[in-house]
Amino acid sequence: MFPKPIQNSSRAWQTTYQALVPVALIMWLLPLIAVAIFSIKPEADFTTGNYWGIPSSFEGASNYGRVFFGSDMPRYLLNSVLITVPTVIGAVALSCMTGFALGVYKFRGNLLLFFMFVAGNFVPFQILMVPVRDLTLDMGLYNTKTGLVLFHIAFQTGFCTLFMRNFIRALPFELIEAARVEGVAEWRIFWFVVLPLMKPAIAALSVLIFTFIWNDYFWAVVLTQGAESQPVTAGITSFNAQYRAAYHLMSAGSIVAALPPVAMFFLMQRHFIAGLTLGAVK
Amino acid sequence: MAQMRLAPGNGSTPDPTSHRGPQDSWLRRNRQTLAPLLFLAPGVIFFLFYVIFPILQSFNLSFYRWDGLGEPQFIGMENYRELLDDRAFEVSLWNNLKWLLLYLLAIPAGLFIALFLNQTVTGIRLYKSLFFFPFVISQVVVGLVFSWFYDPTFGLLNQVLGWVGLGPLNVLGDPTLVTYGIIAAGLWPQTAYCMILYLTGLNAVDPEQVEAARLDGAKGAKMLWYVIIPQLRPATFVAFVVTIIGALRSFDLISIMTNGGPFGSSRVLSFYMFEKALSEYGFRMGYGAAIAVVLFLIMLCFIAYFLWSMYQDDKGGR
Repeated sequence: MFPKPIQNSSRAWQTTYQALVPVALIMWLLPLIAVAIFSIKPEADFTTGNYWGIPSSFEGASNYGRVFFGSDMPRYLLNSVLITVPTVIGAVALSCMTGFALGVYKFRGNLLLFFMFVAGNFVPFQILMVPVRDLTLDMGLYNTKTGLVLFHIAFQTGFCTLFMRNFIRALPFELIEAARVEGVAEWRIFWFVVLPLMKPAIAALSVLIFTFIWNDYFWAVVLTQGAESQPVTAGITSFNAQYRAAYHLMSAGSIVAALPPVAMFFLMQRHFIAGLTLGAVK
Repeated sequence: MAQMRLAPGNGSTPDPTSHRGPQDSWLRRNRQTLAPLLFLAPGVIFFLFYVIFPILQSFNLSFYRWDGLGEPQFIGMENYRELLDDRAFEVSLWNNLKWLLLYLLAIPAGLFIALFLNQTVTGIRLYKSLFFFPFVISQVVVGLVFSWFYDPTFGLLNQVLGWVGLGPLNVLGDPTLVTYGIIAAGLWPQTAYCMILYLTGLNAVDPEQVEAARLDGAKGAKMLWYVIIPQLRPATFVAFVVTIIGALRSFDLISIMTNGGPFGSSRVLSFYMFEKALSEYGFRMGYGAAIAVVLFLIMLCFIAYFLWSMYQDDKGGR
Protein backbone atom coordinates (compact mmCIF):
# COMPACT_ATOMS: atom_id res chain seq x y z
CA MET A 1 0.00 0.00 0.00
CA PHE A 2 1.17 3.49 -0.77
CA PRO A 3 1.50 5.87 0.96
CA LYS A 4 2.61 4.08 4.10
CA PRO A 5 -0.40 3.08 6.21
CA ILE A 6 -1.04 5.71 8.84
CA GLN A 7 -1.32 3.00 11.50
CA ASN A 8 2.42 2.37 11.18
CA SER A 9 3.40 5.95 11.89
CA SER A 10 3.75 7.97 15.06
CA ARG A 11 0.82 8.64 17.34
CA ALA A 12 1.15 12.40 16.84
CA TRP A 13 0.94 12.17 13.04
CA GLN A 14 -2.08 9.88 13.31
CA THR A 15 -3.98 12.44 15.37
CA THR A 16 -2.89 15.24 13.05
CA TYR A 17 -4.11 13.28 10.05
CA GLN A 18 -7.47 12.57 11.67
CA ALA A 19 -7.90 16.29 12.26
CA LEU A 20 -6.52 17.32 8.88
CA VAL A 21 -8.97 15.33 6.76
CA PRO A 22 -12.15 17.10 7.90
CA VAL A 23 -10.46 20.51 7.68
CA ALA A 24 -9.34 19.77 4.14
CA LEU A 25 -12.83 18.61 3.28
CA ILE A 26 -14.40 21.83 4.54
CA MET A 27 -11.92 23.88 2.53
CA TRP A 28 -12.61 21.76 -0.54
CA LEU A 29 -16.38 22.16 -0.29
CA LEU A 30 -16.31 25.77 0.90
CA PRO A 31 -17.98 27.30 -2.18
CA LEU A 32 -20.78 24.78 -1.84
CA ILE A 33 -21.15 25.25 1.89
CA ALA A 34 -21.44 28.99 1.27
CA VAL A 35 -24.36 28.42 -1.09
CA ALA A 36 -26.02 26.10 1.40
CA ILE A 37 -25.77 28.81 4.06
CA PHE A 38 -27.18 31.41 1.66
CA SER A 39 -30.14 29.20 0.92
CA ILE A 40 -31.39 29.27 4.52
CA LYS A 41 -30.92 32.99 5.11
CA PRO A 42 -33.78 35.49 5.10
CA GLU A 43 -33.93 38.15 2.40
CA ALA A 44 -33.28 40.88 4.96
CA ASP A 45 -29.75 39.61 5.56
CA PHE A 46 -28.81 40.42 1.97
CA THR A 47 -30.24 43.93 2.02
CA THR A 48 -28.49 44.76 5.30
CA GLY A 49 -25.19 43.31 4.08
CA ASN A 50 -25.11 40.46 6.57
CA TYR A 51 -23.73 38.04 4.01
CA TRP A 52 -21.42 35.96 6.12
CA GLY A 53 -22.67 36.58 9.64
CA ILE A 54 -25.03 34.31 11.52
CA PRO A 55 -28.42 34.21 9.78
CA SER A 56 -30.76 36.58 11.61
CA SER A 57 -33.46 33.97 11.29
CA PHE A 58 -33.75 30.49 9.82
CA GLU A 59 -35.72 30.74 6.59
CA GLY A 60 -34.82 27.42 4.98
CA ALA A 61 -38.41 26.17 4.92
CA SER A 62 -39.85 29.31 3.35
CA ASN A 63 -37.01 29.69 0.81
CA TYR A 64 -37.28 26.12 -0.38
CA GLY A 65 -41.06 26.37 -0.17
CA ARG A 66 -41.03 29.25 -2.61
CA VAL A 67 -38.76 27.33 -4.96
CA PHE A 68 -41.12 24.38 -4.96
CA PHE A 69 -44.48 26.12 -4.87
CA GLY A 70 -43.89 29.63 -6.18
CA SER A 71 -41.84 29.00 -9.31
CA ASP A 72 -41.53 26.86 -12.41
CA MET A 73 -38.93 24.71 -10.67
CA PRO A 74 -41.10 21.59 -10.20
CA ARG A 75 -41.93 21.74 -13.88
CA TYR A 76 -38.26 21.89 -14.85
CA LEU A 77 -37.50 19.02 -12.51
CA LEU A 78 -40.25 16.93 -14.06
CA ASN A 79 -38.94 17.78 -17.55
CA SER A 80 -35.48 16.67 -16.48
CA VAL A 81 -36.86 13.35 -15.29
CA LEU A 82 -38.84 12.87 -18.49
CA ILE A 83 -35.74 13.57 -20.56
CA THR A 84 -33.25 11.64 -18.47
CA VAL A 85 -35.07 8.38 -17.82
CA PRO A 86 -36.00 7.54 -21.45
CA THR A 87 -32.48 8.46 -22.53
CA VAL A 88 -30.96 6.09 -20.00
CA ILE A 89 -33.23 3.25 -21.10
CA GLY A 90 -32.72 3.90 -24.81
CA ALA A 91 -28.96 4.34 -24.71
CA VAL A 92 -28.38 1.32 -22.47
CA ALA A 93 -30.66 -0.90 -24.60
CA LEU A 94 -29.00 0.09 -27.87
CA SER A 95 -25.51 -0.26 -26.50
CA CYS A 96 -26.17 -3.69 -24.98
CA MET A 97 -26.80 -4.86 -28.53
CA THR A 98 -23.96 -2.98 -30.23
CA GLY A 99 -21.58 -3.91 -27.42
CA PHE A 100 -22.58 -7.56 -27.77
CA ALA A 101 -22.11 -7.53 -31.53
CA LEU A 102 -18.71 -5.81 -31.36
CA GLY A 103 -17.49 -7.80 -28.39
CA VAL A 104 -18.47 -11.30 -29.46
CA TYR A 105 -18.34 -11.52 -33.26
CA LYS A 106 -15.28 -11.26 -35.41
CA PHE A 107 -15.91 -9.69 -38.77
CA ARG A 108 -14.19 -7.29 -41.07
CA GLY A 109 -14.82 -3.73 -39.99
CA ASN A 110 -15.48 -4.65 -36.38
CA LEU A 111 -12.69 -2.50 -35.01
CA LEU A 112 -13.52 0.25 -37.48
CA LEU A 113 -17.13 0.43 -36.30
CA PHE A 114 -15.99 0.34 -32.71
CA PHE A 115 -13.59 3.22 -33.30
CA MET A 116 -16.36 5.15 -35.04
CA PHE A 117 -18.39 4.97 -31.83
CA VAL A 118 -15.42 5.92 -29.67
CA ALA A 119 -14.33 8.81 -31.87
CA GLY A 120 -17.90 10.09 -32.21
CA ASN A 121 -18.18 10.15 -28.47
CA PHE A 122 -15.21 12.53 -28.23
CA VAL A 123 -16.18 15.12 -30.85
CA PRO A 124 -16.97 18.67 -29.75
CA PHE A 125 -20.71 19.31 -29.54
CA GLN A 126 -20.40 22.42 -31.69
CA ILE A 127 -19.62 20.45 -34.84
CA LEU A 128 -23.01 18.77 -34.46
CA MET A 129 -24.95 21.78 -33.31
CA VAL A 130 -26.24 23.41 -36.50
CA PRO A 131 -27.13 20.19 -38.39
CA VAL A 132 -28.74 18.55 -35.35
CA ARG A 133 -30.78 21.65 -34.65
CA ASP A 134 -31.91 21.71 -38.28
CA LEU A 135 -32.73 18.03 -38.21
CA THR A 136 -34.79 18.48 -35.07
CA LEU A 137 -36.60 21.47 -36.58
CA ASP A 138 -37.32 19.52 -39.77
CA MET A 139 -38.80 16.64 -37.82
CA GLY A 140 -41.02 19.07 -35.93
CA LEU A 141 -39.35 18.12 -32.66
CA TYR A 142 -37.74 21.45 -31.82
CA ASN A 143 -38.60 22.52 -28.28
CA THR A 144 -39.92 19.07 -27.38
CA LYS A 145 -38.56 16.60 -24.90
CA THR A 146 -38.66 13.88 -27.57
CA GLY A 147 -36.26 15.79 -29.78
CA LEU A 148 -33.79 16.11 -26.94
CA VAL A 149 -34.18 12.47 -25.91
CA LEU A 150 -33.59 11.13 -29.43
CA PHE A 151 -30.40 13.07 -29.82
CA HIS A 152 -29.14 12.16 -26.36
CA ILE A 153 -29.77 8.45 -27.00
CA ALA A 154 -27.84 8.57 -30.24
CA PHE A 155 -24.91 10.48 -28.81
CA GLN A 156 -24.64 8.50 -25.58
CA THR A 157 -24.68 5.26 -27.57
CA GLY A 158 -21.07 6.09 -28.46
CA PHE A 159 -19.83 6.08 -24.90
CA CYS A 160 -22.10 3.22 -23.85
CA THR A 161 -20.88 1.03 -26.71
CA LEU A 162 -17.27 1.63 -25.68
CA PHE A 163 -18.18 0.63 -22.15
CA MET A 164 -20.30 -2.41 -23.00
CA ARG A 165 -17.99 -3.82 -25.64
CA ASN A 166 -15.01 -3.73 -23.28
CA PHE A 167 -17.09 -5.27 -20.52
CA ILE A 168 -18.34 -8.11 -22.73
CA ARG A 169 -14.81 -8.77 -23.95
CA ALA A 170 -13.73 -9.42 -20.39
CA LEU A 171 -16.43 -12.07 -19.92
CA PRO A 172 -15.37 -15.72 -20.27
CA PHE A 173 -15.78 -16.46 -23.97
CA GLU A 174 -16.04 -20.21 -23.30
CA LEU A 175 -19.60 -19.66 -22.08
CA ILE A 176 -20.68 -18.37 -25.47
CA GLU A 177 -18.80 -21.08 -27.32
CA ALA A 178 -20.37 -23.77 -25.17
CA ALA A 179 -23.83 -22.39 -25.92
CA ARG A 180 -23.04 -22.40 -29.64
CA VAL A 181 -21.92 -25.99 -29.52
CA GLU A 182 -25.30 -26.78 -27.99
CA GLY A 183 -26.88 -25.10 -31.01
CA VAL A 184 -28.45 -22.22 -29.08
CA ALA A 185 -29.65 -19.42 -31.36
CA GLU A 186 -27.59 -16.23 -31.29
CA TRP A 187 -30.34 -14.01 -29.91
CA ARG A 188 -30.92 -16.56 -27.13
CA ILE A 189 -27.23 -16.47 -26.28
CA PHE A 190 -27.54 -12.69 -26.04
CA TRP A 191 -30.68 -12.79 -23.92
CA PHE A 192 -30.06 -15.77 -21.65
CA VAL A 193 -26.27 -16.04 -21.43
CA VAL A 194 -24.71 -12.62 -21.88
CA LEU A 195 -27.37 -10.20 -20.66
CA PRO A 196 -27.58 -11.66 -17.13
CA LEU A 197 -23.81 -11.29 -16.84
CA MET A 198 -24.03 -7.67 -17.92
CA LYS A 199 -26.12 -6.56 -14.97
CA PRO A 200 -23.26 -4.75 -13.19
CA ALA A 201 -22.34 -2.93 -16.41
CA ILE A 202 -25.96 -1.96 -16.99
CA ALA A 203 -26.25 -0.61 -13.46
CA ALA A 204 -23.01 1.36 -13.74
CA LEU A 205 -23.91 2.81 -17.12
CA SER A 206 -27.42 3.76 -16.02
CA VAL A 207 -26.17 5.85 -13.11
CA LEU A 208 -23.49 7.48 -15.22
CA ILE A 209 -25.78 8.35 -18.10
CA PHE A 210 -28.38 9.60 -15.66
CA THR A 211 -25.87 12.05 -14.25
CA PHE A 212 -24.49 13.11 -17.65
CA ILE A 213 -27.92 13.79 -19.10
CA TRP A 214 -29.34 15.42 -15.99
CA ASN A 215 -26.38 17.80 -16.00
CA ASP A 216 -26.50 18.55 -19.72
CA TYR A 217 -26.86 22.24 -20.43
CA PHE A 218 -25.62 22.81 -23.97
CA TRP A 219 -28.17 20.68 -25.82
CA ALA A 220 -30.96 21.90 -23.58
CA VAL A 221 -30.18 25.45 -24.71
CA VAL A 222 -29.80 24.48 -28.38
CA LEU A 223 -32.87 22.27 -28.74
CA THR A 224 -35.44 23.70 -26.31
CA GLN A 225 -36.49 27.10 -25.07
CA GLY A 226 -39.60 27.24 -22.88
CA ALA A 227 -40.67 26.02 -19.45
CA GLU A 228 -42.77 23.32 -21.13
CA SER A 229 -39.73 21.34 -22.27
CA GLN A 230 -36.56 22.75 -20.73
CA PRO A 231 -34.73 20.64 -18.16
CA VAL A 232 -33.66 22.06 -14.85
CA THR A 233 -30.12 23.04 -15.90
CA ALA A 234 -31.52 25.44 -18.47
CA GLY A 235 -34.48 26.32 -16.26
CA ILE A 236 -32.24 27.52 -13.47
CA THR A 237 -31.05 30.42 -15.64
CA SER A 238 -34.60 31.63 -16.24
CA PHE A 239 -35.29 31.04 -12.58
CA ASN A 240 -32.33 33.26 -11.73
CA ALA A 241 -33.45 35.92 -14.17
CA GLN A 242 -36.83 35.93 -12.44
CA TYR A 243 -35.28 36.31 -8.99
CA ARG A 244 -32.36 38.53 -9.90
CA ALA A 245 -30.34 39.44 -6.81
CA ALA A 246 -32.60 37.32 -4.59
CA TYR A 247 -29.60 35.26 -3.54
CA HIS A 248 -31.46 33.26 -0.93
CA LEU A 249 -33.84 31.93 -3.60
CA MET A 250 -31.20 31.46 -6.28
CA SER A 251 -29.09 29.43 -3.86
CA ALA A 252 -32.03 27.30 -2.83
CA GLY A 253 -32.90 26.76 -6.50
CA SER A 254 -29.36 25.72 -7.34
CA ILE A 255 -29.29 23.22 -4.53
CA VAL A 256 -32.59 21.71 -5.63
CA ALA A 257 -31.30 21.46 -9.22
CA ALA A 258 -28.08 19.78 -8.09
CA LEU A 259 -29.67 17.31 -5.71
CA PRO A 260 -31.02 14.45 -7.89
CA PRO A 261 -27.66 13.38 -9.34
CA VAL A 262 -26.11 13.75 -5.90
CA ALA A 263 -28.75 11.46 -4.44
CA MET A 264 -28.21 9.05 -7.31
CA PHE A 265 -24.49 9.04 -6.63
CA PHE A 266 -24.89 8.30 -2.94
CA LEU A 267 -27.45 5.57 -3.52
CA MET A 268 -25.50 3.84 -6.26
CA GLN A 269 -21.99 4.82 -5.28
CA ARG A 270 -20.32 1.50 -6.01
CA HIS A 271 -21.77 1.26 -9.50
CA PHE A 272 -21.07 4.89 -10.21
CA ILE A 273 -17.39 4.60 -9.38
CA ALA A 274 -17.07 1.27 -11.16
CA GLY A 275 -18.42 2.98 -14.27
CA LEU A 276 -16.26 6.07 -14.06
CA THR A 277 -13.05 4.23 -13.43
CA LEU A 278 -13.50 1.66 -16.18
CA GLY A 279 -10.14 1.34 -17.84
CA ALA A 280 -8.29 3.05 -14.98
CA VAL A 281 -7.11 -0.36 -13.77
CA LYS A 282 -5.67 -3.09 -15.90
CA MET B 1 -19.93 -5.40 -43.62
CA ALA B 2 -21.52 -7.77 -46.09
CA GLN B 3 -18.62 -10.18 -45.97
CA MET B 4 -18.10 -11.16 -42.39
CA ARG B 5 -15.69 -13.83 -41.38
CA LEU B 6 -16.66 -16.51 -38.94
CA ALA B 7 -14.79 -16.45 -35.68
CA PRO B 8 -12.13 -19.15 -35.66
CA GLY B 9 -13.63 -20.55 -32.48
CA ASN B 10 -16.88 -21.29 -34.26
CA GLY B 11 -15.54 -23.99 -36.50
CA SER B 12 -16.61 -26.52 -33.93
CA THR B 13 -20.29 -25.64 -34.28
CA PRO B 14 -22.00 -28.76 -35.60
CA ASP B 15 -23.61 -28.16 -38.93
CA PRO B 16 -27.33 -28.59 -38.34
CA THR B 17 -28.22 -27.98 -41.97
CA SER B 18 -27.38 -31.44 -43.28
CA HIS B 19 -30.72 -32.95 -42.43
CA ARG B 20 -32.92 -29.85 -42.61
CA GLY B 21 -34.92 -28.34 -45.44
CA PRO B 22 -33.26 -25.80 -47.75
CA GLN B 23 -35.40 -22.83 -46.52
CA ASP B 24 -34.02 -22.53 -43.02
CA SER B 25 -30.60 -23.80 -43.98
CA TRP B 26 -29.55 -20.47 -45.50
CA LEU B 27 -30.66 -18.66 -42.38
CA ARG B 28 -28.87 -21.10 -40.14
CA ARG B 29 -25.68 -21.15 -42.14
CA ASN B 30 -25.50 -17.39 -42.16
CA ARG B 31 -26.65 -16.66 -38.67
CA GLN B 32 -23.11 -15.88 -37.58
CA THR B 33 -23.19 -13.17 -40.23
CA LEU B 34 -26.74 -12.00 -39.72
CA ALA B 35 -26.72 -11.82 -35.94
CA PRO B 36 -24.11 -9.05 -35.56
CA LEU B 37 -25.72 -7.17 -38.43
CA LEU B 38 -29.09 -7.15 -36.69
CA PHE B 39 -27.65 -6.36 -33.29
CA LEU B 40 -25.68 -3.46 -34.69
CA ALA B 41 -28.31 -1.99 -36.99
CA PRO B 42 -30.35 0.17 -34.57
CA GLY B 43 -27.37 1.64 -32.75
CA VAL B 44 -25.34 2.27 -35.87
CA ILE B 45 -28.23 3.85 -37.77
CA PHE B 46 -29.00 6.17 -34.85
CA PHE B 47 -25.38 7.09 -34.47
CA LEU B 48 -24.83 7.74 -38.17
CA PHE B 49 -27.97 9.83 -38.37
CA TYR B 50 -27.33 12.04 -35.33
CA VAL B 51 -23.53 12.11 -35.04
CA ILE B 52 -21.58 11.08 -38.14
CA PHE B 53 -23.65 12.75 -40.86
CA PRO B 54 -23.99 16.02 -38.94
CA ILE B 55 -20.18 16.20 -38.77
CA LEU B 56 -20.00 15.96 -42.55
CA GLN B 57 -22.84 18.45 -42.92
CA SER B 58 -20.98 20.93 -40.72
CA PHE B 59 -17.91 20.60 -42.92
CA ASN B 60 -20.05 21.26 -45.95
CA LEU B 61 -21.88 24.16 -44.32
CA SER B 62 -18.62 25.90 -43.50
CA PHE B 63 -18.27 26.72 -47.22
CA TYR B 64 -21.62 28.53 -47.29
CA ARG B 65 -23.10 31.77 -46.08
CA TRP B 66 -26.37 30.97 -44.37
CA ASP B 67 -28.63 32.75 -41.88
CA GLY B 68 -30.56 29.58 -41.03
CA LEU B 69 -33.65 30.57 -42.98
CA GLY B 70 -32.97 31.53 -46.57
CA GLU B 71 -31.09 29.70 -49.30
CA PRO B 72 -27.46 28.89 -48.37
CA GLN B 73 -25.02 30.64 -50.65
CA PHE B 74 -21.75 28.92 -51.61
CA ILE B 75 -18.76 31.13 -50.85
CA GLY B 76 -15.87 28.64 -50.86
CA MET B 77 -13.11 29.39 -48.35
CA GLU B 78 -14.49 32.86 -47.55
CA ASN B 79 -15.50 31.91 -43.98
CA TYR B 80 -12.03 30.59 -43.23
CA ARG B 81 -10.39 33.66 -44.73
CA GLU B 82 -12.53 35.80 -42.47
CA LEU B 83 -11.41 33.77 -39.43
CA LEU B 84 -7.80 34.78 -40.08
CA ASP B 85 -8.60 38.46 -39.49
CA ASP B 86 -11.08 37.92 -36.68
CA ARG B 87 -9.69 39.27 -33.40
CA ALA B 88 -12.39 37.50 -31.38
CA PHE B 89 -11.45 34.19 -32.99
CA GLU B 90 -7.82 34.75 -32.07
CA VAL B 91 -8.73 35.52 -28.45
CA SER B 92 -10.88 32.39 -28.29
CA LEU B 93 -8.08 30.25 -29.70
CA TRP B 94 -5.61 31.55 -27.11
CA ASN B 95 -8.11 30.96 -24.35
CA ASN B 96 -8.59 27.40 -25.58
CA LEU B 97 -4.85 26.91 -25.28
CA LYS B 98 -4.92 28.24 -21.71
CA TRP B 99 -7.76 25.88 -20.91
CA LEU B 100 -5.89 22.92 -22.36
CA LEU B 101 -2.68 23.58 -20.45
CA LEU B 102 -4.10 24.67 -17.12
CA TYR B 103 -6.83 22.03 -17.07
CA LEU B 104 -4.10 19.39 -17.01
CA LEU B 105 -3.28 20.57 -13.48
CA ALA B 106 -6.30 18.51 -12.46
CA ILE B 107 -4.20 15.38 -12.96
CA PRO B 108 -1.41 16.08 -10.40
CA ALA B 109 -3.93 17.74 -8.09
CA GLY B 110 -6.17 14.67 -8.25
CA LEU B 111 -3.19 12.40 -7.60
CA PHE B 112 -2.21 14.52 -4.61
CA ILE B 113 -5.66 14.30 -3.01
CA ALA B 114 -5.86 10.59 -3.78
CA LEU B 115 -2.53 9.98 -2.02
CA PHE B 116 -3.74 12.07 0.91
CA LEU B 117 -6.94 10.06 1.23
CA ASN B 118 -5.55 6.59 0.51
CA GLN B 119 -5.62 5.44 4.14
CA THR B 120 -7.80 3.14 6.15
CA VAL B 121 -9.10 5.20 9.03
CA THR B 122 -12.67 5.27 10.25
CA GLY B 123 -15.06 7.19 8.01
CA ILE B 124 -12.59 7.52 5.15
CA ARG B 125 -15.10 6.12 2.67
CA LEU B 126 -17.50 8.93 3.43
CA TYR B 127 -14.70 11.47 3.12
CA LYS B 128 -13.75 10.09 -0.27
CA SER B 129 -17.34 10.38 -1.52
CA LEU B 130 -17.65 13.90 -0.18
CA PHE B 131 -14.42 14.92 -1.89
CA PHE B 132 -15.89 13.54 -5.09
CA PHE B 133 -19.00 15.67 -4.67
CA PRO B 134 -18.13 18.54 -7.07
CA PHE B 135 -18.00 16.18 -10.03
CA VAL B 136 -21.56 14.98 -9.52
CA ILE B 137 -23.23 18.37 -9.55
CA SER B 138 -23.87 20.02 -12.88
CA GLN B 139 -21.45 22.53 -14.34
CA VAL B 140 -24.28 25.04 -14.34
CA VAL B 141 -24.45 24.88 -10.57
CA VAL B 142 -20.65 24.89 -10.28
CA GLY B 143 -20.68 28.04 -12.41
CA LEU B 144 -23.27 29.73 -10.22
CA VAL B 145 -21.50 28.70 -7.03
CA PHE B 146 -18.20 30.10 -8.27
CA SER B 147 -19.64 33.32 -9.64
CA TRP B 148 -20.97 34.00 -6.14
CA PHE B 149 -17.67 32.89 -4.67
CA TYR B 150 -15.89 35.50 -6.82
CA ASP B 151 -18.49 38.25 -6.33
CA PRO B 152 -16.71 41.54 -5.54
CA THR B 153 -19.23 42.74 -2.93
CA PHE B 154 -20.03 39.65 -0.90
CA GLY B 155 -18.02 36.79 -2.40
CA LEU B 156 -16.16 34.52 -0.04
CA LEU B 157 -12.93 35.04 -1.98
CA ASN B 158 -12.87 38.77 -1.28
CA GLN B 159 -13.92 38.15 2.28
CA VAL B 160 -10.83 36.00 2.77
CA LEU B 161 -8.61 38.41 0.83
CA GLY B 162 -9.93 41.19 3.06
CA TRP B 163 -8.78 39.38 6.20
CA VAL B 164 -5.20 39.32 4.93
CA GLY B 165 -5.45 42.95 3.76
CA LEU B 166 -5.78 42.31 0.03
CA GLY B 167 -8.46 42.88 -2.57
CA PRO B 168 -11.13 43.54 -3.44
CA LEU B 169 -10.60 41.62 -6.62
CA ASN B 170 -13.27 41.49 -9.31
CA VAL B 171 -12.11 38.26 -10.92
CA LEU B 172 -14.94 37.90 -13.43
CA GLY B 173 -14.91 41.58 -14.36
CA ASP B 174 -11.21 41.76 -15.14
CA PRO B 175 -10.30 40.79 -18.74
CA THR B 176 -6.86 39.54 -17.69
CA LEU B 177 -8.09 37.38 -14.83
CA VAL B 178 -11.44 36.15 -16.03
CA THR B 179 -10.30 33.09 -18.00
CA TYR B 180 -8.11 31.91 -15.13
CA GLY B 181 -11.03 32.38 -12.74
CA ILE B 182 -13.29 30.21 -14.87
CA ILE B 183 -10.59 27.57 -15.35
CA ALA B 184 -10.17 27.41 -11.56
CA ALA B 185 -13.90 26.75 -11.27
CA GLY B 186 -13.60 24.01 -13.89
CA LEU B 187 -10.63 22.45 -12.12
CA TRP B 188 -12.74 21.87 -9.05
CA PRO B 189 -14.92 19.05 -10.48
CA GLN B 190 -12.18 17.84 -12.81
CA THR B 191 -9.75 17.34 -9.91
CA ALA B 192 -12.40 15.35 -8.12
CA TYR B 193 -12.73 13.10 -11.16
CA CYS B 194 -8.97 12.53 -11.42
CA MET B 195 -8.88 11.84 -7.70
CA ILE B 196 -11.39 9.02 -7.98
CA LEU B 197 -9.47 7.55 -10.94
CA TYR B 198 -6.26 7.54 -8.92
CA LEU B 199 -7.91 6.16 -5.80
CA THR B 200 -9.05 3.19 -7.85
CA GLY B 201 -5.62 2.93 -9.43
CA LEU B 202 -3.86 3.02 -6.06
CA ASN B 203 -6.08 0.19 -4.89
CA ALA B 204 -4.70 -1.99 -7.65
CA VAL B 205 -1.02 -1.19 -7.05
CA ASP B 206 0.87 -4.42 -6.48
CA PRO B 207 1.71 -4.50 -2.72
CA GLU B 208 4.60 -6.92 -3.25
CA GLN B 209 6.39 -4.50 -5.53
CA VAL B 210 5.91 -1.74 -2.99
CA GLU B 211 7.31 -3.96 -0.22
CA ALA B 212 10.24 -5.01 -2.40
CA ALA B 213 11.03 -1.39 -3.21
CA ARG B 214 10.72 -0.51 0.45
CA LEU B 215 13.27 -3.21 1.34
CA ASP B 216 15.55 -1.69 -1.26
CA GLY B 217 15.34 1.57 0.65
CA ALA B 218 12.99 3.45 -1.67
CA LYS B 219 10.55 5.79 0.01
CA GLY B 220 8.68 9.06 -0.33
CA ALA B 221 9.04 10.89 -3.61
CA LYS B 222 11.45 8.33 -5.07
CA MET B 223 9.01 5.50 -4.40
CA LEU B 224 6.18 7.55 -5.90
CA TRP B 225 8.08 8.40 -9.05
CA TYR B 226 9.76 5.09 -9.81
CA VAL B 227 7.35 2.51 -8.42
CA ILE B 228 3.86 3.95 -7.97
CA ILE B 229 3.37 6.29 -10.92
CA PRO B 230 4.46 3.71 -13.54
CA GLN B 231 1.84 1.35 -12.10
CA LEU B 232 -0.78 4.10 -12.32
CA ARG B 233 -0.31 4.46 -16.08
CA PRO B 234 -3.81 3.27 -17.06
CA ALA B 235 -5.39 5.71 -14.59
CA THR B 236 -3.21 8.53 -15.88
CA PHE B 237 -4.21 7.74 -19.45
CA VAL B 238 -7.93 7.89 -18.65
CA ALA B 239 -7.41 11.06 -16.61
CA PHE B 240 -5.55 12.62 -19.54
CA VAL B 241 -8.30 11.70 -22.01
CA VAL B 242 -11.17 13.02 -19.93
CA THR B 243 -9.30 16.19 -18.97
CA ILE B 244 -8.41 17.09 -22.57
CA ILE B 245 -11.97 16.44 -23.71
CA GLY B 246 -13.31 18.43 -20.76
CA ALA B 247 -11.03 21.37 -21.52
CA LEU B 248 -12.07 21.55 -25.17
CA ARG B 249 -15.75 21.09 -24.31
CA SER B 250 -15.80 23.97 -21.80
CA PHE B 251 -18.98 25.84 -22.54
CA ASP B 252 -21.37 25.68 -19.60
CA LEU B 253 -19.11 27.49 -17.15
CA ILE B 254 -18.35 30.34 -19.54
CA SER B 255 -21.97 30.70 -20.53
CA ILE B 256 -23.11 30.80 -16.90
CA MET B 257 -20.31 32.79 -15.29
CA THR B 258 -19.54 35.55 -17.80
CA ASN B 259 -21.41 34.86 -21.04
CA GLY B 260 -18.09 35.38 -22.81
CA GLY B 261 -17.40 38.77 -21.21
CA PRO B 262 -16.07 41.17 -20.19
CA PHE B 263 -15.61 42.46 -23.76
CA GLY B 264 -15.48 38.90 -25.08
CA SER B 265 -12.25 38.20 -23.20
CA SER B 266 -13.35 34.85 -21.76
CA ARG B 267 -14.65 33.32 -24.98
CA VAL B 268 -13.35 29.98 -26.17
CA LEU B 269 -14.01 28.43 -29.57
CA SER B 270 -16.97 26.38 -28.41
CA PHE B 271 -18.64 29.44 -26.94
CA TYR B 272 -17.74 31.79 -29.79
CA MET B 273 -19.21 29.32 -32.28
CA PHE B 274 -22.48 29.21 -30.36
CA GLU B 275 -22.54 33.00 -30.17
CA LYS B 276 -22.01 33.41 -33.92
CA ALA B 277 -24.48 30.75 -34.97
CA LEU B 278 -27.30 30.96 -32.47
CA SER B 279 -27.39 34.02 -30.29
CA GLU B 280 -28.56 37.60 -30.66
CA TYR B 281 -25.31 38.46 -32.45
CA GLY B 282 -26.74 37.06 -35.62
CA PHE B 283 -27.47 33.71 -37.14
CA ARG B 284 -24.27 33.13 -39.09
CA MET B 285 -24.52 29.37 -39.41
CA GLY B 286 -21.80 29.00 -42.05
CA TYR B 287 -19.28 31.06 -40.11
CA GLY B 288 -20.18 29.18 -36.92
CA ALA B 289 -19.65 25.89 -38.74
CA ALA B 290 -16.19 27.06 -39.83
CA ILE B 291 -15.28 27.77 -36.19
CA ALA B 292 -16.63 24.36 -35.20
CA VAL B 293 -14.51 22.72 -37.90
CA VAL B 294 -11.38 24.35 -36.47
CA LEU B 295 -12.29 23.13 -33.00
CA PHE B 296 -13.03 19.68 -34.41
CA LEU B 297 -9.64 19.51 -36.13
CA ILE B 298 -7.89 20.41 -32.86
CA MET B 299 -9.84 17.69 -31.11
CA LEU B 300 -9.10 15.26 -33.94
CA CYS B 301 -5.37 15.33 -33.13
CA PHE B 302 -6.16 14.10 -29.64
CA ILE B 303 -8.82 11.64 -30.78
CA ALA B 304 -6.33 10.11 -33.21
CA TYR B 305 -3.82 9.72 -30.40
CA PHE B 306 -6.42 8.13 -28.07
CA LEU B 307 -7.56 5.71 -30.73
CA TRP B 308 -4.00 4.80 -31.58
CA SER B 309 -3.27 4.03 -27.90
CA MET B 310 -6.45 1.99 -27.63
CA TYR B 311 -5.51 0.11 -30.79
CA GLN B 312 -2.09 -0.76 -29.36
CA ASP B 313 -3.82 -2.10 -26.26
CA ASP B 314 -6.40 -3.99 -28.23
CA LYS B 315 -3.89 -5.91 -30.29
CA GLY B 316 -2.77 -7.61 -27.11
CA GLY B 317 -6.32 -8.73 -26.29
CA ARG B 318 -8.40 -11.51 -27.71
